[in-house]
This record gives sequence, structure tokens and C-alpha cells, in this order.
Amino acid sequence: MSLLIKNPGILTLLQDAGRFGQHSLGLTTGGPMDPLAFKWANRLVSNDVNATALEITVGGFKAEAKSDLVVAVTGAKVDVKVNGQFQSQWQTLKLNAGDELDIAYATEGCRIYLAVAGGFDVSNQFGSTSTVMREGIGGLDGKSIPANEVLPVASPQDKSISFKRLNDVPSYDKHVTLRVIPGYQEHEFSRHDQRMFFYNSFEVSDLADRMGYRLKGPKVNCKIQGILSEGICLGAIQVPADGQPIILMNDRQTIGGYPKIGSVFSLDLAKLAQLTQGASVQFEPISIDQAHNLLHLAKHQFDNTQLEEVSQ
Amino acid sequence: MKIHVAGENALIVYLGEKPGEVVNESTTAAIHHLCSQLKPYLGNELVDLIPSYASVLVVFDPLQTDHLQVRKWIRYAGERHFHNVESDQRNVVRLPVYYGGADLPRIAEQSSISIDDAIQLHTQNHYQVYAIGFAPGFAYLGEVDEKIATPRLSTPRKKVPKGAVAIADKQTAVYPNESPGGWNILGFCPVNMFDADKQPTMPVASGDHVEFYSIDKATFLEMGGTLPHEEFLLELNQEAAV
Repeated sequence: MSLLIKNPGILTLLQDAGRFGQHSLGLTTGGPMDPLAFKWANRLVSNDVNATALEITVGGFKAEAKSDLVVAVTGAKVDVKVNGQFQSQWQTLKLNAGDELDIAYATEGCRIYLAVAGGFDVSNQFGSTSTVMREGIGGLDGKSIPANEVLPVASPQDKSISFKRLNDVPSYDKHVTLRVIPGYQEHEFSRHDQRMFFYNSFEVSDLADRMGYRLKGPKVNCKIQGILSEGICLGAIQVPADGQPIILMNDRQTIGGYPKIGSVFSLDLAKLAQLTQGASVQFEPISIDQAHNLLHLAKHQFDNTQLEEVSQ
Repeated sequence: MKIHVAGENALIVYLGEKPGEVVNESTTAAIHHLCSQLKPYLGNELVDLIPSYASVLVVFDPLQTDHLQVRKWIRYAGERHFHNVESDQRNVVRLPVYYGGADLPRIAEQSSISIDDAIQLHTQNHYQVYAIGFAPGFAYLGEVDEKIATPRLSTPRKKVPKGAVAIADKQTAVYPNESPGGWNILGFCPVNMFDADKQPTMPVASGDHVEFYSIDKATFLEMGGTLPHEEFLLELNQEAAV
């Protein structure tokens, strides 16, 4: 079973949940920028939620099924067509061999996920298929998917197809409030600068990619310019000397020497990952305990959301 | 030991007397000790560790445990409550270097020493692997003798060849792969610093000690080294003087 990628669009990457436990080699985590949309795509095709799927950034994607396949498209809002006919996102779709799948350009959000029943069949590197281009690790030789690539698809364990739909789908607004767990060098920011950070909006700059999102806004000063390089966690908010925060994303470097005011809560980081240049964000502090509670609630909600059965 | 929140899934442990400032042997020993105590528990509640100069980032799974529990584990590990690691033994890794790098004359000139002396100074120190990061397999080693400590190039090179042995301030490193970089090139190491298909992937790990020893060009090639483009090599007349 396979899918021919006729046009990968701007950037299409193979991703699973991410690469963990490899920081001691200097390897970062990678993985889907919007894990919720990624997991839903897999659930809609009855895969393990961490099966290898495609992350399509912005869109402009065309593919042809080389065999009968079951797929789902989630994430950023985008027109999806099969053989020229509009199809729903967040719903199981059947592709017959020879069918053309067309994904236009996202109108809300920017990360689209395409899962296929069985998952894309690529080998693990360091325990994961996630592509990190900067490292040349994962996916297809650490590279993005080129045009005319045939991606093998593993045979699904459950051969019977059930068609499902998620009704309550996420919306991708252009303004997002990012909850922040204050930490790291938070005490090296004066109360005035902490207020500058928490009481103002910041704009997403043109330097926003899988490594990090650089923001533009009022200058946030830190009492110290640099620190001894130390480990960086997902969502860490670096504040370099120019006072413009950089939020570190999935493909971040694992160590760095800029002071950090805290880290963005992961469920909100997924929303940030859907923003493009010009969108705005605001920060709100929460405690690590609140963050843990919210994660448990979100997990409970995800596990207990029933998909609606639909007839094909 | 000071434990701070880093994020929802990570605590950062600062070791040493003045966190973030002093790197000395007792700090690096404490970091190595903490990591070797926690490493066997990676895979479930504990997800990853990032040792660095004076800190360890401990990444955990907040759906399986919480920061209070992880704090407790870190304290226990620090107090050696967990399994008794064999006297926290650290490896000494010896790496061969063909000292024929283009920046050798500049490194030597700034302290008015000969190229031979610069090489001698680089090989005489016992280096500590402080951190691994920047790129897969990039190990930050320190510290080099003050006489050969050299600031980064004001304009970084677009390409530094794989295997380049280089200096930035008091740090030294071997470039595991071709990448952009501003470090000063002393020579080239024929040993692969990162091989994704090999076990172990890297010849060194955080906390190890590294020593460099000098080899000639013939040995470098024999050991499987590939000479980079001549712009990265010492000019011939200078090499003859070595």
C-alpha cells in the first residue's frame, strides 16, 4: 500500500509523537507542532494516536492513492478535495486506488495533518520517525518529502473500516492567550519587566518556524544578558538582549545561553504553532500544578470524546 | 543544589556553589553523579536529562507523575539513596588530531608562541565534556590553556568541515558534521563523533574526559579521515615549519 506525493507544497514532513530520551546525544524532540490535531487524525483512521502521519505546513499539497486507502485530514482549516469533489476535514475518508487528494492553502491556522490507516511505513531513527531537518534525522533521510515520492503505508491491523467524524473541532483564531509557567530565570526579570511581558500583546514575526517563534512587542529587559548554557524544555521563552521573546518549539536546540522567563503551557503551544506572521499573542501566568491539572483534564476529555459514526 | 521549575514537564537542577557561574570539578562531578543516578529510571515517568555546565534539566511525563515527586527523586539521587554507582567512574576518551587547521597560525600568534607550542598546549590538557548540544554529537569541551583561548570569528564560516577540531574562547570541540560555525580551526579528527547507524552513536558522553593526541597526515588518512578543501588547511610552507 502506498501514497504518491505529487506535490508536497511548501513543507511536508513525516512525524510521529516525537523523539524522546535522546537529548544526551544533542538530539531534539521534533514531533507534530499541533499534537492534538495530529492525534485526532490518527484516531479518525483507527490508528495508534502516535502513528506516523504527515504534517503539511500551509498546504498546496497533491497526492494520488496507489492502492485503496483510508485517510483523514485535520488541523488548519483548508479545502480538501478528492477527485475534485469537496470533502470534510476531521472525518474518515476513503480513497480508491487512483484517487487524487488535493489539499488547498489553509485559511485558518497553518499546520495540516494527514493520517492514513496503518500509518506511513518508515523506519525509526533513535526510536522515532519524526523528521528534524536541521539534524538530518528521521523521516526520509532527515529531509522534507520531495515531489513524486511514493510513501509506503503499513497495512492496518483492523481491516474493517469505520467512518467517523469529530464534531467539536478546534478553531484557529488569530489571537491566542498563551498560559505560561513562570520558571528558569524569572527572578532575573524585574517586576516592571514581568508586567511588560504579561500585560502586553506581542506579534508573531516573520521568523517563526519549527525551531522557534520570534515575537515583536514592547522590550522586555532582563537583569542578566546571558547565562551558562543550560537545557531547554519545550515551550521555553528566551529573552535575548533585544528584549523580543523567542518561544522554542519542537525542533529547538537542546541547550542555550539566553535567559528565560518561563515556558508556554503545551496545550497553548499547539495553538501558537498554528499562528503565522502578524497574529498576536498575550501571556497569562499559571502555576505548574494548574498546568498538571489542565493536562489531566485534557487527556480525560480526549479519551472520552466519542466520534460520531457516519455512513460513507 | 537548587531546583527550579523550567516548564510543565521539566525541572532544572542547578549545582555548584553559585548557580550559573562557577564551573569547577566538584560541580561537574555532582552533575555526573545526579545523571548516573537518574539515568536508569528514564523511559517512564522520567523522559530525558540534559546535563550542561552547571545544571541538569530533568524532563518528566506530567501525566504519569508530578513535579513534587520528581523533586523528591532528584533530592534522593543527590543524596545517593538510589543504587550505588561504581564510584561514579568517568571514561577518558583519547581522540587523534591531525593538527593542520587553517587558523593555527592566528591562534599561535596572538600569544606569540609557535604553532608547535600551540599544538602542545592543546594536547596537554585533560578536557571535560560539559554539554552536548548545538547539533547532534557536538560536545562542548573545556577548558583550554589561556594562551590558546581564541574568540569566535567575527564572521562565522558558512561551512566548517566535518571533523574540524576548533576553539572558541576557552572551549574546544570536534565538529561532528559539516555545519556553519565561528570557531577557530586547529586541525581535524578522523574519528566519527556522531554516527546514527552505530552503537554507541558517539565516542564521548557528558561527564567524560577527553584528551587529544597529535597524528600526522598519513596516519589521519589511514584512520579513515578525509582532508577538507584547502581553504581549511594550513598553507604548505607553514606546515613545513611545523
